Amino acid sequence: MTAAILVSIFMTLAAAATPILLASLGELVTEKAGVLNLGVEGMMLCGAVAGFAVAYSTGSVALGLIAATLAGVAAAMIFALLTLGLGSNQVATGLALTIFGIGASSLIGAGFVGRTITRLGPLFPADYAAHPWLRLVFGHDVVVYLSLALVLAVSLFLRRTKAGLILRAVGENADSAHAIGYRVLAIRTAATAFGGALAGLGGAYFSLALTPMWADRLTAGRGWIALALVVFAAWKPGRLLIGAYLFGAVATFELQAKAAGLSFIAPEVLAMTPYLATIVVLTMMSLGRRTGGRDAPACLGKPFPAP
Amino acid sequence: MSTIITRRTLLAGAAASAALPLAGARAQAPFGVGFVYVGPVGDHGWTWTHDQGRKAVEAAYGNKVKTSFIENVAEGPDAARAIRQLAQAGDQLIFTTSFGFMNPTIQVAKQFPKIKFEHATGYQRAENVATYNARFYEGRAVIGTIAGHMSKSGQAGYIASFPIPEVVMGINAFHLAAKKVNPNFKTKVIWASTWYDPAKEADAAKALIDQGCDVITQHTDSAAALQAAEQRGVFAFGQASDMKAFAPKAHLSAIVDDWSGYYVKRVKEAMDGTWKSGDVWGGIKDGMVKLAPYNDAVTPAARAAADEVQKGIVAGTLHPFTGELKDQKGTLRLKAGETASDEILSKMDWYVDGVQA
Repeated sequence: MTAAILVSIFMTLAAAATPILLASLGELVTEKAGVLNLGVEGMMLCGAVAGFAVAYSTGSVALGLIAATLAGVAAAMIFALLTLGLGSNQVATGLALTIFGIGASSLIGAGFVGRTITRLGPLFPADYAAHPWLRLVFGHDVVVYLSLALVLAVSLFLRRTKAGLILRAVGENADSAHAIGYRVLAIRTAATAFGGALAGLGGAYFSLALTPMWADRLTAGRGWIALALVVFAAWKPGRLLIGAYLFGAVATFELQAKAAGLSFIAPEVLAMTPYLATIVVLTMMSLGRRTGGRDAPACLGKPFPAP
Repeated sequence: MSTIITRRTLLAGAAASAALPLAGARAQAPFGVGFVYVGPVGDHGWTWTHDQGRKAVEAAYGNKVKTSFIENVAEGPDAARAIRQLAQAGDQLIFTTSFGFMNPTIQVAKQFPKIKFEHATGYQRAENVATYNARFYEGRAVIGTIAGHMSKSGQAGYIASFPIPEVVMGINAFHLAAKKVNPNFKTKVIWASTWYDPAKEADAAKALIDQGCDVITQHTDSAAALQAAEQRGVFAFGQASDMKAFAPKAHLSAIVDDWSGYYVKRVKEAMDGTWKSGDVWGGIKDGMVKLAPYNDAVTPAARAAADEVQKGIVAGTLHPFTGELKDQKGTLRLKAGETASDEILSKMDWYVDGVQA
C-alpha cells in the first residue's frame, strides 16, 4: 500500500467522521444541560436541505453552511418551545422532531432533486498539499478544521469556564441551580440551540461536501449514530473525538478491505464491524461503571420545574 | 389527481377508509391505482423511475384514474399493512415495486381477490397477482462493453447492494462484456449492504478508486458514487436514470429504467377488464431498459462496440450469457453455444472468473 492510498483512506475517514462529530458534540452540550433531544436526525436533515437550497440558489457554499446552522437552530427551537416552554415529554418530542425533519426536508427538497452544486473544497490552496503527507494536514475543508476546533472549545468551556460550570450544574441538579438564582430554562434553551446549530451544520456537510446533492433522507441514520456516540463517549468531548474517528475508521476499513480483495473476511462480517465495535465498547464502559462513577448528567431528560 | 400517503398517516387513513362504502356512486369514481415504494420518490433512482411511471399513467388517463402511493415502506411485515391500506382505500390495481414485497403482496392479494396486484422483480404469482421485471443485465452488458474499452487500468469497481440473483446477474453480465473487450479485465465488488446510503456509496466508490479502479458502476440507488468518480477524475455509469447532471465528465452512460409503457398498458387492461396475471420480463427491445446518451469522452471504438451489443440483443443474435461459461470454482454452467434460460438467470448465485466479490 502506497503513501498516497493511506493518505486517501485517512481523508475519507475524516470526512466520514466530521458530520457525526459535529452533531454529537452539539448533542453533548444539550445533554450536559439536562436536555435529551432525540431529534438529531431531523435537525441534520433540516440543515442538509436548507444548506443545499441556499447554496444552490445563491451559488455560495458558505451561505449554505450559515443557512444550515440557522435551520438547525430553528428546528431545535421548536423542540425547546414544546419541551422547555410547554413541558412536553422530551423523548416523545425528540422522536417527533426526527419524523418532522424527515417530512419537512423532503417537502422543501422536492424541487432540488436531481440538482447538484460545486462541492465545498479544501480550505488551503493546492500548493500546500502538493505532497501526500501534507494533505493530511492541509488537504481538508473548512468544516473539518472547525469541528476539531469546536471539540477543543467545548472541552475548555465545560471544564474551565464559569459558564460551563453553570451549564453542568443545570444538568446535574436543576433545582439547586434554580435555588441559587440561575435561569434554568434560559440556559437549557441556549444549550438546545447550540445542539441544533451543530446538527444543522453536520447535516449540511452531507449535502454540501460529501455528496453535493439533495436526496430524501440524505443522512441515512447518521443522527442516531451521533446520539449513541454521546453515550459511548461518556459525555466527554475528547472521547467523542476518538469515537467519531473510530467510527469513521471502522466504516472506511470495511470498504477498503473489500476493495483490496481481503476475501477471507466474509462481507457480512465486515458489515457487522461498526456495530460489533459499538457493542464491545459499550460493554467495556458498563463494566467500568460497575466499579463506581456515573457518566450521564443526573437531570438528563427530566422536566423543569418538576411536574 | 393524486394522493400522497406517508406511513405516518396510515392510521388516520385506515379510520377514514371504513367510511368509504357509504360514499356510494362508485361507478362514477375514477379507477384507483396504488403504488408501494421501498424508497423515497426523491431518490432520483429506482423509486423515482417507478414514480415517473405513475405520472405517465395520470398523464395518459387524466380524471379517469386516481393514483396514490406510499413511499419508504420497509420490506417485510410492515409492507403488508401498507398494501392493505391501499386495497381498503379502494384502489383496484396495486403495484408493489420491490423484491421484498413479494410475500406481503401474495398475502394481501388472498384477502382481496377482486383487486389486481402487480409485483416487480418477484417470482410468486396468483390469479390476481402478476409479476414484471426488466432485463437490466442487457443494459449491464452494454455498459460493460464501454467499460472494457474505456478502462486504462483494466479494473472496474462495482458497488452492489445485496447478493440476490438480480444483482449477481448484473455483475456477471457487466464483467463478461468487459472481458470480451479486455481478456484480463477485473471487476472488484463492494457490498454496501444497503440500497440507499449516499455517504456510504460515495465512500465505497473512493475505496475502489484508491485500489486502482478507473471505472465505477453501481447497483445502489443514489448518484453519490458518480460524484465521487467525478471528483477523482475517473469514469462511472448512472443507475436507473440519466445521472449526467451529477457528473458531467465521469458519466459515460446510464442504464435507464422505463416503466411508463408497461404501467400505462396494464392500467388500461385493468380498466377494460382484459387484465390477466402473468410474468413480463422486458428488455432493451421492449423499451423497458434504455441507455442514456453516451458521453463525448466515449471513444468511437467503444461507441461502435456498445451499439453493436445493443443491436445484437434487440435482434436476438447476442445473449449476454452465452456458453461456454464456467464459474469461479471451475464448474461448467453453460455449454458451448448455450444461452442462459430465464430459469438459470433468476436463480444465479455464482460468479464468473475475474469477479472479485
